[in-house]
Amino acid sequence: MSSDVRFTDFKSDKQPTWCPGCGDFGTMNGMMKALAETGNDPDNTFVVAGIGCSGKIGTYMHSYALHGVHGRALPVGIGVKMANPELEVMVAGGDGDGYSIGAGHFVHAVRRNVDMSYVVMDNRIYGLTKGQASPTSREDFETATTPEGPKQPPVNPLALALASGATFIAQTFSSDSQRHTEVVQKAIEHDGFGFVNVYSPCVTFNDVDTYDYWRDSIVDLAETDHDPHDYEQAQERIMTGDREHIGVIYQDENSVPFEEREGLEDPMYDIPDGAPEGAMDLVREFY
Amino acid sequence: MPDDLNWAIGGEAGDGIDSTGKIFAQALSRAGRHVFTSKDFASRIRGGYTAYKVRTSVDRVESVVDRLDILIALTERTIDENLDELHEGSVIIYDGERTTMQDVEIPEGMVGLDVPLKSLAEDAGGAIMRNVVALGAACEVASFPIENLDESLEKRFKDKGQALVENNQQAARLGQEYVAEEYDHDFDYDLETTDADYVLLNGDEAIGMGAIAAGCRFYAGYPITPATDVMEYLTGRIDQYGGKVVQAEDELAAINLALGAARSGARAMTATSGPGIDLMTETFGLVAQTETPLVICDVMRSGPSTGMPTKQEQGDLDMTLYGGHGEIPRFVVAPTTVAECFWKTVEAFNLAEKYQIPVFLVSDLALAVTEQTFPPEAFDMDEVEVERGKVVDEGEVDSWLDEQGRFQPHFPSADGVSPRAFPGTTDGAHMTTGLEHDALGRRTEEEEVRVEQVDKRQQKVETAREEETWDYREFGDPDADTLVLSWGSNEGAMREGMEFLAEDGIDVRFISVPYIFPRPDLTEEVKEAETTIVVECNATGQFADVIEHDVLERVQRVNKYTGVRFKADELAEEIRQAVREPQEATK
Ligand SMILES: Cc1ncc(C[n+]2csc(CCOP(=O)(O)OP(=O)(O)O)c2C)c(N)n1
Ligand code: SF4
Repeated sequence: MSSDVRFTDFKSDKQPTWCPGCGDFGTMNGMMKALAETGNDPDNTFVVAGIGCSGKIGTYMHSYALHGVHGRALPVGIGVKMANPELEVMVAGGDGDGYSIGAGHFVHAVRRNVDMSYVVMDNRIYGLTKGQASPTSREDFETATTPEGPKQPPVNPLALALASGATFIAQTFSSDSQRHTEVVQKAIEHDGFGFVNVYSPCVTFNDVDTYDYWRDSIVDLAETDHDPHDYEQAQERIMTGDREHIGVIYQDENSVPFEEREGLEDPMYDIPDGAPEGAMDLVREFY
Repeated sequence: MPDDLNWAIGGEAGDGIDSTGKIFAQALSRAGRHVFTSKDFASRIRGGYTAYKVRTSVDRVESVVDRLDILIALTERTIDENLDELHEGSVIIYDGERTTMQDVEIPEGMVGLDVPLKSLAEDAGGAIMRNVVALGAACEVASFPIENLDESLEKRFKDKGQALVENNQQAARLGQEYVAEEYDHDFDYDLETTDADYVLLNGDEAIGMGAIAAGCRFYAGYPITPATDVMEYLTGRIDQYGGKVVQAEDELAAINLALGAARSGARAMTATSGPGIDLMTETFGLVAQTETPLVICDVMRSGPSTGMPTKQEQGDLDMTLYGGHGEIPRFVVAPTTVAECFWKTVEAFNLAEKYQIPVFLVSDLALAVTEQTFPPEAFDMDEVEVERGKVVDEGEVDSWLDEQGRFQPHFPSADGVSPRAFPGTTDGAHMTTGLEHDALGRRTEEEEVRVEQVDKRQQKVETAREEETWDYREFGDPDADTLVLSWGSNEGAMREGMEFLAEDGIDVRFISVPYIFPRPDLTEEVKEAETTIVVECNATGQFADVIEHDVLERVQRVNKYTGVRFKADELAEEIRQAVREPQEATK
């Protein structure tokens, strides 16, 4: 790790194909800045991305990276980190990727509390497939596949995380670059699974959850007396959906990452040229 | 006096059938006898018939036969279930004091030994030991020195205290003495002991052991019969070698976890059975497209859907050969014996890393649950070689950078294999994706690049065809008119079946094929033979299909899909029929 890493070192030479104005630009810049701020460099960083407009993020960044299949980015990230705890692992994707097809993995990744961060670009719509309802879409949000709205309440990802035993829950708004960067940085620094739901507007398909909407409705927890270490307060904020909160909502100060509980420290890539020493003992066990 | 003994204990699931059978099998193995075990079990934890069968001989035994000499029947149903295999003179040990066994009728010509298993067990310290009393009784019938049981009982119960070990040893003695005193019968058996040194293990354990030997450090899986034993074997053991087992939330997670670990540079594996393979299918393509070395083990069971989860079948060959959308370069390796489960696992890891490709290790339930004796040298760890392929470290990265200094993880080398930099390698940072990509790993839809990368990935298969040996195991008479081909666990039954055939004057050339893709070219062999018969445990003949495809000639098929593996004598009979009455389709 070198101290002179700049956030632009995390930029790839591929030009993003996102629509002009897409919230994902801001989300990505914040991720790159946060990685640089926390002393990481492209050679020790592994970014895993899902599928969707949001999932393209890994393509536009420069680091070790994997762009997998829809909804399965979290298990890949956990595998990467467990096999080499020295890497900084960041997983990124969309609300469809994370809370629909990948919802099962989300719950279990939260429970497992591996020391990594997970950034979800929540635009409350499926962008890449051109505008269908997502699990966070409003009940009456009209789309091509839900002409009268999904008629079911949206998933509350923060509540899902809290109920699954999350040790770090945060929310940010992609266009509030400074706060977003700062919060992602805290997620990286957290000893365990740092989960950040990012309001990252889709300017092409979502005309309800717009920049204007967010600007008007967001409450920054930094401007309140919210104590993220207080579980009850966090619960209160998460369960009352009347305001859109940003900032660190909950952080368990006593979080012990999975790797530590499992005693994983060394990278697993170093192996001998033949069977490990004493391997004949494995055979003798069967006497 | 016959030395080849077929023994079984049967009862309800939950009766401790498995552990009792295993104690007996281990005692025989420790006494220098060969052992081959099989299990009949239903997919229930309590209730439902279950049996553990042991075939033992001083000579090597490779399969089960249609014969049962000594049966410990804990329930009446056990006798019914095995009627076909019991014969004149078979000995049935049962407890007539047990309410459900009071009116039991011992079939004519058989010897029923009514032994008060429960009361004798109580005399030794607890009713729970009634199975061990039965073991003692069986030792007397088989003239097998009961001292051989002592060590097995010790191994089984030592964690629970010396007192329990001794009680069990006493229970066995009470069973033995009861038979000796109450039954003035001259039994036909006299199980010899020898000085030979054997280990006793099953196919799943051999796969787990092979994985550790090969340097596998990361295993992710989701419990499923009959693959779970691989995970249970590795749990606890792999940690001692710096590795980890993760029980994932499902198979989708399992294969993606393993993929992630493999990207970190660990040798990684997942194992499952049919339904889990289905769930993993989408990721096969990702593994191939990202050129990640991964071993994916499918321990086949009876399908489709949930099918018969505790029954034998070889029905997933097509799935492992062709499963997944698009065209996925892969290797498919299928061990044919328990010992091969070990060696082919080691080989699978080497192939995966040398060619940066998914390798399917295809085993089946019959291999998975069969315990078999081997001399320990069959698993000689000094013979294990680890080949990691084109891994580049810090110093070597430079030679794989493009003009702008970017690492090229998908560089189209002539052999199709690109350099591999583990994350953390300075200047090696790169992207990999399931999308079509260029040499740098960047997404592309350019026609030329697409073709170049597809060709590059396929080239690995061509290179491997040239560089590796895709051979087969051969038995019998190489000049025989009849050629029998099989894959997977059928090898043992066929090898022994050949002896039955020889008695009838039928000579065969038998080829057992452990590589499904790439596979040996058998055109010559098939052309030379008058009749070719392909033996497999499925209904449609999936392996026969690929052979026909290769040699452009019809073959005969012997298929079994009852859920039970081939028995040696039964298979011999099928072959005999096929030789005498060739099917129409044949030339
Ligand atoms: C198994 C599978 N099903 C469906 C798709 C098609 N698909 C691609 S992206 C996507 C939705 C993405 O939505 P979201 O995660 O919210 O990301 P966004 O594009 O809005 O950033 C879908 C359904 C796919 N790639 N794979
Ligand atoms: S469709 Fe929406 S989410 Fe996708 S790039 Fe355009 S604005 Fe962004």
